[in-house]
Amino acid sequence: MATTSLATSNATGSPTRLRAPARLALQIALLLGSVLMLAPFALMLLVSLMPLSAFMKREFSLSVLTLNNYVETFRVVPFGRYYLNSIFVTVSVTIGQTLIASLAAYAFARLRFRGRDGLFMVYLATLMIPFPVTLIPNFLIIKSLGWFDTYLALIVPGLFSVFATFLLRQYYRGIPLDLDEAARMDGASSLRIWWQVIVPLSGPVLATLAIFTFQGVWNEFLWPLVVINSESMRTIPLGLAAFVGQFKTAWNLLMAGSVIALLPILIIYILGQKWFVKGITLSGMGGR
Amino acid sequence: MVALLFCFHLMATSDRSLTPASPQPKRGRFGWRPDQQWEGYLFILPSFLGFFVFIALAVVISLGISFSDWGLTGWRGFAGLTNYQQMLRDPVFWQAFWNTAFYIVIIVPSQLILGLLMAVALNQAIRGRSFYRLIYFMPVVTTIVAGAIVFRLLLANNGPVNDLIRWVNSLLGLSIPVPNWLGSSQFSKWAVVILTLWKNTGFTMVVYLAALQGVPQELYDAASVDGASAWRRFLNVTVPLISPTTFFLFVFQTIGAFQLFTEPFVMTQGGPANSSLSVVQYIYLAAFRDIRMNKASAMAWFLFLFIFTFTYLQNRLQQRWVYYETD
Repeated sequence: MATTSLATSNATGSPTRLRAPARLALQIALLLGSVLMLAPFALMLLVSLMPLSAFMKREFSLSVLTLNNYVETFRVVPFGRYYLNSIFVTVSVTIGQTLIASLAAYAFARLRFRGRDGLFMVYLATLMIPFPVTLIPNFLIIKSLGWFDTYLALIVPGLFSVFATFLLRQYYRGIPLDLDEAARMDGASSLRIWWQVIVPLSGPVLATLAIFTFQGVWNEFLWPLVVINSESMRTIPLGLAAFVGQFKTAWNLLMAGSVIALLPILIIYILGQKWFVKGITLSGMGGR
Repeated sequence: MVALLFCFHLMATSDRSLTPASPQPKRGRFGWRPDQQWEGYLFILPSFLGFFVFIALAVVISLGISFSDWGLTGWRGFAGLTNYQQMLRDPVFWQAFWNTAFYIVIIVPSQLILGLLMAVALNQAIRGRSFYRLIYFMPVVTTIVAGAIVFRLLLANNGPVNDLIRWVNSLLGLSIPVPNWLGSSQFSKWAVVILTLWKNTGFTMVVYLAALQGVPQELYDAASVDGASAWRRFLNVTVPLISPTTFFLFVFQTIGAFQLFTEPFVMTQGGPANSSLSVVQYIYLAAFRDIRMNKASAMAWFLFLFIFTFTYLQNRLQQRWVYYETD
C-alpha cells in the first residue's frame, strides 16, 4: 500500500492533505454529521411555523406555514418579561463577576501580602465541591436574607467565581512585573495600575471569559428553579420549562417558545464564534 | 453549569497549571510587602465575601444539616448518622445511583470516541472546516431546556425518529422494533443519553481539535518516512500525544455526568417509574418537593465523596496511561 502518499507532509503544519476519494468520503461523513446535529434545530423551526394539525398529519407544504404560533405563544406566556429578566440577570452577573474576579486575580497574581497563597489554595480546593452540596445551604442563606424570589437571589451568588478568578490570575501572572514597577515609579496606585495597565492588557482574555460566563448564566436552570417562585421573575429557561408543564403536547407552541428562547444565544454564538471556541480551549489548556 | 464543570477540570489539571505562565522576575524581596498588605485584602474583599458566604459557610451548613434532624422549621436536634442510614436504605436512591452509573458508562466513552472522530476529521485540510465546526458546536451553547423539549418531540411515540424507523422497516421489509423512548423504563435512559450526546459532543470535539493542532508535524513526517500507515501513525503518534487531553476529558465528563440534572428533569421527569431519575434530580426532589433537606444533604455529601474518590483514583492511575512530554 502506498501509505506514504496518503499524507504528504505540507509546509503549513498540522492538517494533512488527503487524496480526492478520501476527501469525498470525509465530506459526505461530515455532511451527514451536520444533518444529525442540525435536525433538532430544523424540526424546531419547522414545527414552530405550522399549525399543530398539519404537523400531526405530516402535511409539509409551503401553504401551511404561518406565524400564528409565535403570536399565540407571546399571548399565553409573558416571554417579553422572561427576556428582560434573563438579559438583566445575565448582564449584571457577567459584568460583576468579571470585575470582582479581575480585582481578586490582580491581588493574587501581583500584590504581595500575608496569607495570599494560602487563601488561593483554599479557593482552589473548593473547586472540588460539586454544586449539589452548596445548593441547599445557599437556598437557606438566600431565604434568611429575605432574597427569595428576587433579582438579588439570581445575581448575587453568581458574582463570585473561583473559576474566573483562577483563569485571570494565571493570565495576569504572565504580564511582566516591570510594567507595574514603572507605573509605581510614576506614583500610580495599585487600583490605577489594575485599571490602566492590567485590564487594558487583558482585553482578549476578559472578553473570552465574559462571553463564556454570559452563555453559562443565560442557560442556567437549577439555581433559578430553586430560588424563583413567581411567574414575573422567571428567566427564559425557567419560563420555557414551566411552559412544557402547561402545554405538554402543544408542539407548535412549545417549538415556537424554544425558537424564541434560543434565538439570542444562537445569534451571539454565530457572531462571536471564535470567542466561544477560545474560551473552551483556554480553559481546556488550564488557562495558559 | 458548563462553567461550573470547568472548575472540576481545573482541579484535575491544577498541579500543572499552577506553575506561572512565565517566571516572575526575582528581585530579592520575597514574601509580603507591608505597603501592599491592606491593599491586597481590599482587592480580594468582594470576592472573599462571596466565597465566604456561598461556599465556605454553605459547606459548613450543608455538612451540619446532613447530621441533623432538620424539619420544616429548621434545626430540631442532632441526628448522628440517621440521614445517611436512611439514604442507604432507600431503594429509590439506589435506583437513581445505578441510573447515574449507566449514564456515565454509556455517555463518557461514546462522547470521547465521537468527539475524537469529529476532531480528526476536522483536522484535515478540507473545504468547509469552520462551517462544520460552527454546526457541531452549536448544541453546546443551546439552552438545555429547549434541547430537551425538541428531543421530547423527536423521540415521542409518534415522533419523527419513530417515523424514520417505521419508514426504514417498510422500505427494506425489516421489523426493527419501534421503541416507546419516553414512556418505557427500558428506553427512557437511552433518550437521556441521546440528548446528552447531541448536546455535549461538540465540546469534546473542540478540546480535542486544539490538542491535535498541538501535535508536531515532524513526528508524523518521521513516522511516514519509517513507512507507518495512517492508522499506525494515529495509534502510535496521535493517541499517546493527546492522552493528557483524553485524561482531562474523561475526568471532566465523568464528573459532569455524575451531576446530570436538567436533561432527565425536563425530558422524562425521571420517569417512568424512576427509570431515568438521576442522583442530582433525586437530591433536588428530596430537598424541594419532599422538604427533606437533611436526607438531601446526606445524598449530596455521598455524591461528593464518590466524585472525590473517583478523581483521586484517576489521578493516581493516570501515570499508567497518560503520556506527558518531558522537557
